[in-house]
Amino acid sequence: MAGRAASTSPGSAPPGDGPIATPPVIELNDAAVSLGGRTIWSDATLRIGDGEFVAVLGPNGSGKSTLLRVLLGQLPLSAGSASVLGTAPRAAKGQIGYLPQRHAFDATTRIRGVDLVRLGLDGERWGFPLPGRSDARSRVDEAIRRVGASAYARRPIGELSGGEQQRLLIAEALVARPRILFLDEPLDSLDLPNQTAVTALLNEICRSEGMTILLVAHDVNPLLPHVDRVAYVAGGKIVNGPPEQVITSETLSALYRSRIEVLHTSDGRLVVVGQPDAPSHHSDRHA
Amino acid sequence: MSFSGLHQMLAYPFMVHALAAGAIVAVMASITGWFMVLRRETFAGHTLSAMSFPGASAALLAGVPLAAGYFGFCALGALLIAAGSRTAGRRNPSQESAVIGAVQAAALALGFLFLSLYGGVLVDLESLLFGSFLGITADQVWTLAAITVGVLAFFAIAGRPLLYTSVDELAASARGVRVRVLQVAFLVVLGLAVAATAQITGVLLVFALLVAPAAGAQQLTARIPLSIALSVLFALAIVWIGLTLAYFGNYSVGFYVSTLAFALYVVCRGGRKLLPA
Repeated sequence: MAGRAASTSPGSAPPGDGPIATPPVIELNDAAVSLGGRTIWSDATLRIGDGEFVAVLGPNGSGKSTLLRVLLGQLPLSAGSASVLGTAPRAAKGQIGYLPQRHAFDATTRIRGVDLVRLGLDGERWGFPLPGRSDARSRVDEAIRRVGASAYARRPIGELSGGEQQRLLIAEALVARPRILFLDEPLDSLDLPNQTAVTALLNEICRSEGMTILLVAHDVNPLLPHVDRVAYVAGGKIVNGPPEQVITSETLSALYRSRIEVLHTSDGRLVVVGQPDAPSHHSDRHA
Repeated sequence: MSFSGLHQMLAYPFMVHALAAGAIVAVMASITGWFMVLRRETFAGHTLSAMSFPGASAALLAGVPLAAGYFGFCALGALLIAAGSRTAGRRNPSQESAVIGAVQAAALALGFLFLSLYGGVLVDLESLLFGSFLGITADQVWTLAAITVGVLAFFAIAGRPLLYTSVDELAASARGVRVRVLQVAFLVVLGLAVAATAQITGVLLVFALLVAPAAGAQQLTARIPLSIALSVLFALAIVWIGLTLAYFGNYSVGFYVSTLAFALYVVCRGGRKLLPA
């Protein structure tokens, strides 16, 4: 796997990347972004190879979702450059599947899961969604089967559990057969068994289809068995590399500029101690 | 009410005009309302119907046709709501309802201001509130039909991306859907549909026709085409049955139409429990 070949020097933020065999799918060079005059992060250098499964970690408000918005071409950089699939992010948006951060659909949302998935296929096109085209229907059914949601895809989305909704939303993001998948906190509202199941599903999609996946998360532990790379967003910087190099006391202490300890539990979990709380500007949780 | 009674009713041109205008209004209001309910913009719809009041009184004061006042103020209200209801480029539900409430309060105050500047009473307050269904001319029917064709054309062209932004705004935006443009366009179309409808049905009835059939249909089914078709069917039934009852009965069209709309919604809420999906 190309991503494993990347090496970082722990402790120096941001670490440079070693050579990657194939050209990177996602690239940031000395990038900075500011919102309303405030710099969210700067000097960010990031190279993500084809087919890598990447966890984007960091405290609330550190700029994880902002990173996704930059890569979707929705937010301009204030310095540096960004490229996705070798072009400007905006030009690549047709090849990106995106699952935004959200609250669950409640019971008053009266459309079916299958309708939502269909919108992921051609919702941006003009016209009116008439029932019909059998090739479109078979692609929708295929995406629903892929995520294991066939049993409930024709029920109203608001009546489904959080885990069921999340699978249909993943199908919505997958149905247009993107090369890259962005997921913003897809595990947030799920219980532990569902977190494990959804993560395993994403890993399976990543490996079997060579899809590059960026997943924003709070807790790295459900992801640890699967991810090739971690991008840690904190203190106005982004550090990236294999998890065993990034999630260390040295790297995180340098990033937060305060004493952080990473403990390894006997069952292989990581516990980060001393992580400062979310910064005081918590007005926009999505930043 | 017998068959010959119905036959006699249809011999009156004013009843034929009312039934035709009612059918047109039912189609326009139920489809626009279907999207309004799905988008949770019911409060915006209510405020846009209230814009008819300052619209009508401003037209009286300025000495321009009432229709100009209705359309002008409904479009203005739509633009104000669209402008004030977003933060950081996204719909913000809590700010949206506050902005809409403020616009509605200002609209009512302006209505009274224009009225007192005009120095008289709004002669036909009852027809402003409950419409003048039975005084519709053939010309008005044609005007209404033309506006309805425009509104339906909007949904035929923009229906799919509008649906996408309604259920998954951020994903739609990432795929290149012009979310902001669609939101403004939808509110303006809603404003125009309300203005066209309110002139005939009155301020109170347009709201009943926007909300009840769509909300009832969405209770019964989550299948989109069926849901829209049911919504249109319900609106047509409400208007035609309401007009017929008013012709034979003792009370106004407004009373029958709003009562039927409410009853329909209650029945659909109850019926939902009996249906699978």
